[in-house]
Amino acid sequence: MAAAKNQTEVPVENGIEVVDVSKQFGDFQALSNVNLSVPDGSMTALLGPSGSGKSTLLRAIAGLEVPSEGKIFISGEDQTGKPVRNRNVGFVFQHYAAFKHMTVFENIAFGPKVRKRPKAEVKKQVNELIDLVQLTGLGGRYPSQLSGGQRQRMALARALAVEPTVLLLDEPFGALDAKVRKDLRSWLRRLHDEVHVTTIFVTHDQEEAMDIAQQIVVMNEGQIEQTGTATELYDTPVNDFVMGFVGEVNSIGGRLVRPHDTEVLPVKAEGATEVEVDRVVRLGFSGRIEMLTVPDKREVWAQLTRSELETLNLEPGDTAWVKPKPDAVTREDTGALESAVTEDPPATGKPTPVEPGLPV
Amino acid sequence: MSEVTTIDAREPRPRKAIFRLPGAGQALNKGLVVTYLGIMVLLPIVAITSKAFEDGISGFWDAVSAPQSVAALKLTVICSLIVVVINAVMGTLIAWVLVRDKFPGQRVINSIIDLPFALPTIVASLILLTVYGADSPLGIHLAFTKPAIVVALLFVTLPFVVRAVQPLLLSLDRDMEAAAESLGARKWLIFRRVIFPNLAPGIATGVALAFARALGEFGSLVLVSGNIPFQTEVASVYIRGQIEFDRLASASAVSVVLLAISLALLASVTLAQRWGLRHDR
Repeated sequence: MAAAKNQTEVPVENGIEVVDVSKQFGDFQALSNVNLSVPDGSMTALLGPSGSGKSTLLRAIAGLEVPSEGKIFISGEDQTGKPVRNRNVGFVFQHYAAFKHMTVFENIAFGPKVRKRPKAEVKKQVNELIDLVQLTGLGGRYPSQLSGGQRQRMALARALAVEPTVLLLDEPFGALDAKVRKDLRSWLRRLHDEVHVTTIFVTHDQEEAMDIAQQIVVMNEGQIEQTGTATELYDTPVNDFVMGFVGEVNSIGGRLVRPHDTEVLPVKAEGATEVEVDRVVRLGFSGRIEMLTVPDKREVWAQLTRSELETLNLEPGDTAWVKPKPDAVTREDTGALESAVTEDPPATGKPTPVEPGLPV
Repeated sequence: MSEVTTIDAREPRPRKAIFRLPGAGQALNKGLVVTYLGIMVLLPIVAITSKAFEDGISGFWDAVSAPQSVAALKLTVICSLIVVVINAVMGTLIAWVLVRDKFPGQRVINSIIDLPFALPTIVASLILLTVYGADSPLGIHLAFTKPAIVVALLFVTLPFVVRAVQPLLLSLDRDMEAAAESLGARKWLIFRRVIFPNLAPGIATGVALAFARALGEFGSLVLVSGNIPFQTEVASVYIRGQIEFDRLASASAVSVVLLAISLALLASVTLAQRWGLRHDR
């Protein structure tokens, strides 16, 4: 992403370039002045709470949404005003969007058939894709006869069948249960290693983003807060929002600090906050102390080693003091995290299909 | 009733019943239902069929193949076919506009759809006579012609396809269309390959019900069609004429033909639907 950060408006490299994109829905500003470079062949995550604009940005790149302002380039080519069918993007929806009246084979063959490829070629390609997404032998099934994970793999194969320049996934694992989710995401990472198509996926799950993305874009209120690798975001967050969104945090004395950077003191010290011990949890080698600040009873916890726990020897009801460790990463707590809807439900649901005439 | 069919179509696996009648009650109820349907539906069908064959097969055939009866049956079937073809297209279009578009007065129009169905048919006939009769305010004189029959049938069968397609359209996954578009499909192709196959079961249900209704329609036609034998006399009116001339067997014979056509149609639509919804099982 460093290479694309030059001041020329038209990028020369491959990949995706988003330039000054804004999007309004009536009074709602879904995106404001978004700039983003996605390197060719990379895997990028758009991470943020619901309503942060991440899905809108993805749909704008696909052409499913028309930006109010700004331009989008794919492989150096301006996509503004181009309909989605001409952008050669593969799009995967949270709820699969399977053609339920078609078999797995017919679903995957849809794109190549629309492109009028020769029948024999289509058949060969579809069968290869069925093997790639591990649905071998299920080509004749209907989507209703597949599990959620299988349906999503079928949707992925369908998107890949048009040999897209970019692959866009909108909360691809959002509707799946935790176990399948985990399996599917490591599978997606391996698949990306194989096919190397420039991929962007939307998620509200920071673990998912950190697990499989090379580049993570943290979004909030229609803007990009920070772009970087998982390590960069975790170690050097630009603000309290990013810090809170990509890891666990405590708010101590007006600053955010990570639980493993939180020092627990048995006696009062300069700049420390008084707490009451609520619970002590020992988990083999490590453990944690859960505390409530005095007097406003906000939850704070510290991650400690076993020996640290033993040295402190605190019991529930004891009074202690907490403060950030001297070398800790801290950010001023502006309340940005609380104001954003952090409790994103795992399945955000379909965008109310029953509302007639609304823009989707 | 169209709603029921479509809901069945969307949820092929019945949910586990929460409320169940106790064992004995269940058997009793089954017996009650069978007896009720037997008396209300089966018995009349058996009665009219036996009446129709009172004079044997040749008597039945003579009654049905009488020139006036053939003309009436032909007219009825042809008009009904024209009506359902128009209904299939216009009903789907109306349902589409009501679900997908937003315009002032939409709710009012939505409720007006059921009016032809709710209206007493003789009132419908009178309305049509007023609009298309000799004193037509629009200057359209359709009364006592074949087009008048088609118009009257269109009027009374309007809701069937609309109401059968609407719920399917409402529950259609819009992402499916977006997916098709992202795969390179143009609007018409999306409609043909993605939307239409999902609406077809509803259209078929609507068409079957509308056709059955059109075949037997009497009230809305009796005034506006003029009942001219060999020209504008439909089967139901012909049947009444036969009854008035005290030819009960002949009336029954023509009735049985209408009944057979209706049953055959309903059966074939059910089979076609089952095939069309094979992916939902």
